Amino acid sequence: MSSETPNRARVNSKSLTLQSVAQMVVFALIIRPFMALFIGLRVRGREHLVRSAPFVLVANHSSHLDTISLLSLFGLSRLRRIRPVAAADYFERNAFVSIFTKTLFNILPIARKNINAENNPLRKMREAIEAGDSLIIFPEGTRGSGEQMGNFRSGVAHLIEEVPDLTIIPAYLVNMGRSLPKGEFIPVPFFCEIRIGAPRVIKGSRKEITRTLENAVRELAEE
Amino acid sequence: MPSFMTNLTPIMKMGLLVLGVLIVASVAVAALRRAKPNKNFSELTARVQAWWLMAAVFFAAIVVSNRVSLVFFTLISFWAMKEYVTLLKTRPADHHALVLTFLAVPVQYLWIGLNPPWYGMFIIFIPVFMLLSLPVRMVISKETKGFVESASQIQWGLMIFVFGLSHIAYLLTFPAFENSSANGRTLVLFLVFVVEMSDVLQYIWGKTTGRHKIIPTVSPNKTWEGFVGGITSAILVSLGIRFLTPFTIGETVIVSLLITVAGFFGGAVMSAVKRDFGVKDFGSVIPGHGGMLDRVDSLCYAAPVFFHYVRYFHTT
Repeated sequence: MSSETPNRARVNSKSLTLQSVAQMVVFALIIRPFMALFIGLRVRGREHLVRSAPFVLVANHSSHLDTISLLSLFGLSRLRRIRPVAAADYFERNAFVSIFTKTLFNILPIARKNINAENNPLRKMREAIEAGDSLIIFPEGTRGSGEQMGNFRSGVAHLIEEVPDLTIIPAYLVNMGRSLPKGEFIPVPFFCEIRIGAPRVIKGSRKEITRTLENAVRELAEE
Repeated sequence: MPSFMTNLTPIMKMGLLVLGVLIVASVAVAALRRAKPNKNFSELTARVQAWWLMAAVFFAAIVVSNRVSLVFFTLISFWAMKEYVTLLKTRPADHHALVLTFLAVPVQYLWIGLNPPWYGMFIIFIPVFMLLSLPVRMVISKETKGFVESASQIQWGLMIFVFGLSHIAYLLTFPAFENSSANGRTLVLFLVFVVEMSDVLQYIWGKTTGRHKIIPTVSPNKTWEGFVGGITSAILVSLGIRFLTPFTIGETVIVSLLITVAGFFGGAVMSAVKRDFGVKDFGSVIPGHGGMLDRVDSLCYAAPVFFHYVRYFHTT
């Protein structure tokens, strides 16, 4: 077992750490009102999120608002159990960003380059699921333009291979990329929408799984 | 005494009148449901319930304090611009211009909130300053394809939903008029009540007696009968609340005609806009009515007309 286990065990238990309290306070007092009044977030399919078993939420990606808005949908006490998977080279690039994203968004940082046995992303994701956490993954890998959804990478398919009965929840985000596009820092208050699809288990080859995931999200786009 | 109690009489009268109208509406809907149990009245019920909430919120915002009223109208303009801009086809290059556009909303209301209100800035900030500076910011963004479309659409929205609507907030600042119990606050109640009643009455007359379409390409449901019946009955209603104004009887008829017709034009213009966008409603924040814009569209046109009439003829 790696030396990470004792820390993870503390966070995963129901104890209130400073980080979890800070996250709950920020979401309750700042992020949720921001989503309701500034963004005017509309949600369809919220009922699909009411479940206790670990899931992997899969969505299109065009903005930093994506993760924040998805996290705002969950009850405050659940927040520490939900880990958005994020690129370590970007979200741990300096001490401030690292502490900020880990405290407020509870990210699961994964390596994109120089992967070895120690920092293997697949292993980290699987261990999080086995510990009872849920993940938020953007299979496009990076923020797109918002207009055209990019091709999904195979990471989720690899994860499903290791955890075959993994519950997948597809989601489609509308207008986040319009509101806060890549490269911008002040959001424009367009109305944004989150459409959540029914949870499902996906089987097949890696290619088939990836294609099924893409179609599931695309289906929600066309509604 | 708390400041909002000094004009108790006309406003309290108005509050009771509005309460009465709402009770009549709810009773009428309840009676309709009992008389025709097989017909679906869910939208009508939602509409009346929304009216109760809107009347309560509006009344509270107007009566409590000037600062609260100002914040209230700022939020209304903000939400209206949100709905409009979401429907526009904006370009990525418009991002910074849009940030400035939304920053302009509280600034416009800031001129009104100054003590005394700064009329000069209020009247030119959007039509001159924002008109000239927004396209300059867009030039800096360098994307010229779709430039005119974006610049004109954004400016138009600012003019109607921010500049136009903000006239109501400025009206609130008008002090008491000579030989009358009227002031800015009572005038706002008059304006909003007459314009919204006119909408409702046009709808009722249209539903019950409507036969000849009036603007079919834009609004298939509006009829001449609804228009004439609604406007006429709204003018009669306005005579009943003349105590809120410094107007003579004849003047009340003229002013009410002006604002109800302006309100009709506002609704027609917004319907044309919705047709262009291919949507039925601007949003869905008000159950039974649609978006914020669907409720304030008439006021966007009626407010400037009313404001400038009062300012020209009743202030020095």
